[in-house]
Amino acid sequence: MDAVLGQLYAGISLGSVLLLVALGLTLTFGQMGVINMAHGEFLMAGAYTAFVVQQVIGGAGLALLIALPLAFLVGGLLGVLLETTLISRLYSRPLDTLLVTWGVSLVLQQLARDVFGAPAVEVRAPEWLRGNVEVLGVPFTTGRLFIVVLAVVAVAVLSAVLRFSSLGRRVRAVVQSRGLAETSGIDSRRTDRLTFFIGSGLAGIAGVALTLIASTQPYMGQTYIVDAFLVVVAGGIGQIRGAVLAAFGLGVLQAFFAYSQSVSTAKVLLLLCVIAFLQLRPQGLFSVRTRSLV
Amino acid sequence: MLELRDVHIAYGRTEVVHGIDVVVPPDGVAVILGHNGAGKTTLLRAAVGLLPPRPGRVLLDGEDVTGLRPHQRVRRGLAYVPQGQQSFPQLTAAENLQLVADGRRDGRARTGEALDLFPALKELLGRRAGLLSGGQRQQLAIARALITGPRLLILDEPTEGIQPSVVTEIQEAILALTRRGGLSVLLVEQHVGFALSAASTYYVVESGRVTGTGDGGAASTAAVRAAMAI
Repeated sequence: MDAVLGQLYAGISLGSVLLLVALGLTLTFGQMGVINMAHGEFLMAGAYTAFVVQQVIGGAGLALLIALPLAFLVGGLLGVLLETTLISRLYSRPLDTLLVTWGVSLVLQQLARDVFGAPAVEVRAPEWLRGNVEVLGVPFTTGRLFIVVLAVVAVAVLSAVLRFSSLGRRVRAVVQSRGLAETSGIDSRRTDRLTFFIGSGLAGIAGVALTLIASTQPYMGQTYIVDAFLVVVAGGIGQIRGAVLAAFGLGVLQAFFAYSQSVSTAKVLLLLCVIAFLQLRPQGLFSVRTRSLV
Repeated sequence: MLELRDVHIAYGRTEVVHGIDVVVPPDGVAVILGHNGAGKTTLLRAAVGLLPPRPGRVLLDGEDVTGLRPHQRVRRGLAYVPQGQQSFPQLTAAENLQLVADGRRDGRARTGEALDLFPALKELLGRRAGLLSGGQRQQLAIARALITGPRLLILDEPTEGIQPSVVTEIQEAILALTRRGGLSVLLVEQHVGFALSAASTYYVVESGRVTGTGDGGAASTAAVRAAMAI
């Protein structure tokens, strides 16, 4: 029973990491349809922001609290820069967008390598995030528990912004019909930039969270980007509740596969499961019901 | 109020509108009539900024707005109800209206006025627009346009594909709007009789050219239908 609970916790932990990374993608890929291969590098930029803040401030606890909003800002500004300079010229050209943003991701990796060096840098976890807490008699590391809480808070805030705020309504309107939004008085380009800012900013926050459990190095974004796209597709394009279920579902599945198999085999089994699932339900877990095509 | 001057529009290299002039007078109603494929919708899309005229000019209150984007024209008093009962399907009816009311000082009052024009919508505010009937969506589209506080309302076939009982409601609402002061209307409509009853000026468009024009009030439905070769 302890082993099952242990794997379940590992799965929940992995799921919350995937969710944090994928949450920004539900906006930029799911809502706007932009395949941004540099999303993982925004995550890396967030992690290095945590590193820089810790170097400047010293205290790991305060540094973490400052790094979270700052990484959101750094990721968001990188996203706006990318959207304004390149992606805005490539809307409705998904293949070109994929290739260009992949190129940008390579440039950002090299930039990080030049500035911070190739080896991983150390970002210390604060004192209060070291150690374990026991849940149902099985230990759960505090750092991972913090990431679970952060993911839940991020989902709640993003859902509330999209559902209840004026910005959220504008984002959803532009996604559904750009022309109609424009002729309803909405500046769609400004909304695109704001959407990209939030989506990329969330990647920055995910990067800070990852410093608690993974090494901070120039290629860290590549580790999560494919899985994050899988979460968005399996959850249903643009569906936050779908992303939540898919992230935790895939996380738990991978943890249980990894219990009896090697990590590589677990990954292959997970991919096979996703492929089989998408064969049965190509629209993902959730899709949108409408009475008309408009 | 609105002037379309020597407007040419092309899709790629194929020109579909060949130098059209249309004028909507202040507080007046201009109607554009014509067969499917004549270029009516294309012309309206150029008027609201969704298509660029090449060459040609769009003037709003004498100001050249040809280079402005659609949302900038909305801020100058233009509102557009496109063909096909278009709404934001995943937003509720209330959100469809709130979307345009956001940030307007008189947004709440204007939403109330728009709902008074289409009281049936009041019962449907919590329902997603994509689940409404065609007639309900069209009422929602007109209400949404009115909340922007337009001085010029452009309607593209507002009664097309809608059940007859709702058509009457929409026609009555449009006629009520045209009787209000301070609102000009540019209307594309297939129902010639209704269109002429609302019109101060009419234009017949065929194959991307204006082939007939006249005073709406004085024109007989039969004569206009003959001009359209119906």
